[in-house]
Amino acid sequence: MDKATIVWVIISGLLNGSIYALIAMGLSIQYGVAKVLNLSHGEFIMVAAWLTFAFFTSFGINPLASAAITAPLFLGIGFLIHRTIFTTLRKRAPTPAAFEGNSLLVAFGLLYVVQNIALLIWGGKPRAYFWLTSGVDILGVRFALNNVIALAVAVALGVAFYVFVNRSRLGKAIRAAAQDPATAGLMGININWVLPLCFGLGALLAGIAGLLLSMCYSISTFMGIGYTVIALIVVALGGLGSIPGSFIGGFILGIVGSIVVQFESALSMVAFYALLMILLVARPKGLLGKT
Amino acid sequence: MPILEGQGVTKYFGGLAAVSNVDFHVDQGEIVGLIGPNGAGKTTLFNLISAAFPISSGEMRFKGHKLNGLKPHQICKLGVSRTFQETKVFANISVLQNVLVGAFFGTPTRVSAADAAREASQALEFVGLTAMSALPTKDLTMVNQKRTEVARALATKPELLLLDELMAGLTPAEVSEAMELVTRIRDKGITVFMVEHVMKAIIGICGRIIVLHHGEKIAEGTPQEITANKTVIEIYLGEETHAGS
Amino acid sequence: MDISKFTSKKSLLVAGLVLAILVFLATFPTYGSNSEVGIWVTILMYIILTVSWVMFSGTTGYMSLAVAAFFGIGMYTAAFLYPKSGPLLPLPAVVIMGGLVSFVFALLTGLVTLRLKGMYFAIFTFGFSVLLYHLMVYYELQIIGYRGQRLTPITNVTAFYILIIVMVLTLLAAYLIRHSRLGLAMQSIGESEDAAAHMGVNTTMVKVITFAISAFFMGAAGAALAPKWEYIDPSVAFNMFYSFMPVLMAVFGGMRELYGPVIGAAIFAYTERTLRLRFPYYYMLSFGIALILIIIYLPGGLTGLVPTLKDKLGGVIARLRKGGQSDRHANT
Repeated sequence: MDKATIVWVIISGLLNGSIYALIAMGLSIQYGVAKVLNLSHGEFIMVAAWLTFAFFTSFGINPLASAAITAPLFLGIGFLIHRTIFTTLRKRAPTPAAFEGNSLLVAFGLLYVVQNIALLIWGGKPRAYFWLTSGVDILGVRFALNNVIALAVAVALGVAFYVFVNRSRLGKAIRAAAQDPATAGLMGININWVLPLCFGLGALLAGIAGLLLSMCYSISTFMGIGYTVIALIVVALGGLGSIPGSFIGGFILGIVGSIVVQFESALSMVAFYALLMILLVARPKGLLGKT
Repeated sequence: MPILEGQGVTKYFGGLAAVSNVDFHVDQGEIVGLIGPNGAGKTTLFNLISAAFPISSGEMRFKGHKLNGLKPHQICKLGVSRTFQETKVFANISVLQNVLVGAFFGTPTRVSAADAAREASQALEFVGLTAMSALPTKDLTMVNQKRTEVARALATKPELLLLDELMAGLTPAEVSEAMELVTRIRDKGITVFMVEHVMKAIIGICGRIIVLHHGEKIAEGTPQEITANKTVIEIYLGEETHAGS
Repeated sequence: MDISKFTSKKSLLVAGLVLAILVFLATFPTYGSNSEVGIWVTILMYIILTVSWVMFSGTTGYMSLAVAAFFGIGMYTAAFLYPKSGPLLPLPAVVIMGGLVSFVFALLTGLVTLRLKGMYFAIFTFGFSVLLYHLMVYYELQIIGYRGQRLTPITNVTAFYILIIVMVLTLLAAYLIRHSRLGLAMQSIGESEDAAAHMGVNTTMVKVITFAISAFFMGAAGAALAPKWEYIDPSVAFNMFYSFMPVLMAVFGGMRELYGPVIGAAIFAYTERTLRLRFPYYYMLSFGIALILIIIYLPGGLTGLVPTLKDKLGGVIARLRKGGQSDRHANT
């Protein structure tokens, strides 16, 4: 590989990787704390992508500005969905294991609900919009400005989220609730707020990821499942429930994807899966797994 | 003649040694008690023997067979069976079906349906559950669920039975019944290794007692020796002695 | 097995009912229209997929979301063995091969993933159909050079009869497994995998074998349907929809009894078939909502209501009887 290719691999690997990290951390906090394996995660990404598209093409609001709407919107929607659907499920489930199984299936149903609402609103054809597409020179390789901005935002948000979970008081409460909800409750942490909040945070990360993706790539109502699978692979690689694992795993997958694309562009998903299979056989607990 | 023995048995969870360098043995025909304060590593040791999780270091042998690396179902077929501290009955199927699982799968050779049925009903009779054999296990009282677990373990035709806190939560009358049951099990020729907090039972039926504390073996001997042992008394001073209640 | 179980009054009644249904199905094409036969083909397909899914996931509690994967593998097996250019094997052999190839795939993936916790298994199976989709797209575009496969066509009626046979075999297998020691082992795993292992159950092998058997029937169904559809491509064969529908149907119908999934499949298959053309997105939306509501409010499904109804009904009858008796006593 020549220098230009290496630069391209690294930058695009970081771009994709940082977005994968956001998506995976979102899924991870939803599973790690709220104990919901959210199979509809990708659909939230897709809806955010469409909203950003709509804001830009219909109202002229640029993507970064529309984040001011998208972020709280998705936080709120995620919070509400958990507070209504999953909290009811949690109260009615006979055991935690039953809840995990049931919430998985409910998330599966949610997938089709969200996807079809989106289909009704936006249809099935792929679309794209163009914003800040001028070229920027990085180490001799040309990148679109929007890609560079997306990369910067994703990395910044990813790091900020990571620090938030590990250092802030609320982050500590979240981690306590993830480890032992009952005891955390006894310590004064309001589980009925923390669990939906974490689900909402996951949705927020999905929302921003979708926003960033819409800046860089074309979008379609069917793009969700692919990102859900990538998120699942990253989360499984990094260890179910581990935020740091998801963060690092996302970047690893991003770089792997960029490398694979050099040789065979259609096989990145296959490569991800192969990586997952190998790791599941060799280290079933993931890179940094705790369960 | 030791039917079960272990040398240097150690188990780490992360950086913490739950069981640390324990040497122990159980002779054929004994009823051996395993006691110690909460967190001493008793159930962990049982879980190591039955291979619920892998040993960190050390060696264990059952009738000369090395246990390291075997899976739980293999150890069961070798002749070791157990009950669980948190009762793990198959709740939504009948008592009989619970015991049938043990009868069908617990032996090294394949059994016919007729033989399994016979084993199961014998085991149920032995523990006194024949009248309830058709009931869904979740409908049984805790005591009877524990009996189901014992019958299920017996149906696997074990030579060594590990009982994990069988008497926890039982009334004094039930404890006496359970003590009698364990003695009858030993009289059938099955060696018993039991974790217990209920002192009355331990002192009453065990021929030998092993004491764990912070994962280490700190004492071993007859009930008389153990109750007189200064170290043992010290570590239990902070705890309420469950003398039969 | 205990033969007296089969000669009880209830069993004879059930057997008679089943026979009547089979006779009805076998003669249906002679008086039903082609499109009606087509609807039945869809219903049979979903019954097979749902019952096979319940065979494994219903008892062990391991959520397999890979129905689409094995269904698609069966379809593509048929595409290779029964192409438009001329069948390489007779149709029954193709159907069996579809089942066998799926069986092997399930064995291999099961051996890798069923040793792990249920969540990893769910994750893996969810992505499996997506993986196969990408693999097949790559294969078709890069290696053969065109998208999609054409098959030698078969009529609705042929597909109908083949699917009836596959369905009967699936139901038979499900019944035999459920009442065999394998079924008992699976139930024990579903109740407490730890305890099952400690009682001598080789949990990994039990899970893998049952998983593979269920995949066989999914693959056979796919191999039977592909020639009827005449053209398949990766987005048709590995559509996540075929992983979703069996779950919906099984949860709706209830998984405790064998007829639960059958009823659920029949109802939703008929609904899907009739609504799909007229309200393409609304029906999927409502199915998604249905799954969510059913899991929250009716986790035992339709047949889960039966014990409750029986209790209520039994109570009413007992009270009526008691009332009648006391009247009689009063008269004497």
